[in-house]
Amino acid sequence: MALKGNLRDVGLNQLLNLIHLARKTGALSVQNDNGGGNARLYFREGKLIYAALDGQETRLTDMMVKIGKLNPDQVAAIRQRAQVDTDKALGLAMIQTGILTQADIVQGVKNYLLETVYQLLTWAGGVFIFEPNHAPAEERITVPINLDHLIIEGGRRVREFEKLREELPDLDVPLKFTERQDANLRNINLSVDQWKIISFINSRNTIRQIASYLKVDEFQIRRIVNGLQQAGLVELGTTPRVPVPVTVGTAYPSPSAPNVGRGVLLRVMDRLRGL
Amino acid sequence: MQTVKMVVTGPFNAGKTSFIGAVSEIPVVRTERKISDDTRAVKDSTTVAMDFGRITVDQDLVLYLFGTPGQKRFDFMWEILSEGMLGFVVLVDSARPETFREARSILDTFRGYSNTPFIVAANKQDDEDAWPPDDLRIAMSLDENVRVLPCVSGDKNSVKSILVQLLEVILEYLPEESAAKSIK
Repeated sequence: MALKGNLRDVGLNQLLNLIHLARKTGALSVQNDNGGGNARLYFREGKLIYAALDGQETRLTDMMVKIGKLNPDQVAAIRQRAQVDTDKALGLAMIQTGILTQADIVQGVKNYLLETVYQLLTWAGGVFIFEPNHAPAEERITVPINLDHLIIEGGRRVREFEKLREELPDLDVPLKFTERQDANLRNINLSVDQWKIISFINSRNTIRQIASYLKVDEFQIRRIVNGLQQAGLVELGTTPRVPVPVTVGTAYPSPSAPNVGRGVLLRVMDRLRGL
Repeated sequence: MQTVKMVVTGPFNAGKTSFIGAVSEIPVVRTERKISDDTRAVKDSTTVAMDFGRITVDQDLVLYLFGTPGQKRFDFMWEILSEGMLGFVVLVDSARPETFREARSILDTFRGYSNTPFIVAANKQDDEDAWPPDDLRIAMSLDENVRVLPCVSGDKNSVKSILVQLLEVILEYLPEESAAKSIK
């Protein structure tokens, strides 16, 4: 029986919790609602073992490049050395050439898997299906990751993302440099990511467009822009805000417990059984 | 004549009307209206006030089953229907995870009205897309001590089993004093 649904209704963290508690084995496929790609996470007995984004089962070399453990020249050298083009053979070649240790590879795969899941946590909606007993291709290197820590960190990131989303609800606005006379713009140190954003600031580029061009996800762009705002360096273009309706809680009435005896309940039970 | 009552609640289109209809000895008294909003895509008419079913236990005792309206805009009826109930069943369409959050919210609302026992029925288990009860429990963040049972609301035996198990839960929660009184 496949579990199906949408992340709008059952969040990824909730799904991970389910997979963890029920010690499920299989593949969770998610298709982003906004055309933001798709992902496939593989689990064995409740542990995350592999992740693939956008229909591609990411190669070990690509993972290592993405997390900065290898550069393209090293990848070319490793591919040349490996007899067979499988992840296991590539991993062996990395170890034999002394570029990476086995621990580096395991840690690298682990970091890649975690980053992939953290990225998925920012998806507000997406159709998902969990297919039991589906496994990644045999030659992929899998690293079992306990989900309980991931769920806690995921929950923290979701809260951070929600806070950032409250502070920056609309990405379809341009950024502008601060016009405040009293802004203290001395001794500000910017990160590489912040510099990249700065270079795209003009009245025509919205934050979403900048994120798309730089291939930065919503969580990252909100975090970077928030950092720039906190530093007093940039401001948002003005957009009309829709007021959020405030709901008022109501007090519950006092309980009205049933006042019947055990005999009455047993009579009802007998009758139901005899229906 | 003594009457006792149980309430069947749950989100819109969870199967409450057919649940009561499966065991009621009278045709279920329904108040249905044509749907005028976007929920029409799911079904054409819905229960706006309540469903009402009856099971005669013996000459002195009758069990009434009340089904609550599923749509949120009729929730003012829920509290009225919950008054004096022995317990309640939260019926969930296991094949529509988009309703799980609402089901949990309805459960919390009913818990607020009255501290009576309840069980969760994972309905439509005959649907191939249905989530198993154990997964539904986790998705709805229900404690381990809450009974989450498989259910097919059109099936009499399935409904009987749910109601009997609700009675078992009610018996577990019955104070000792009440038990002693009934023995006397």
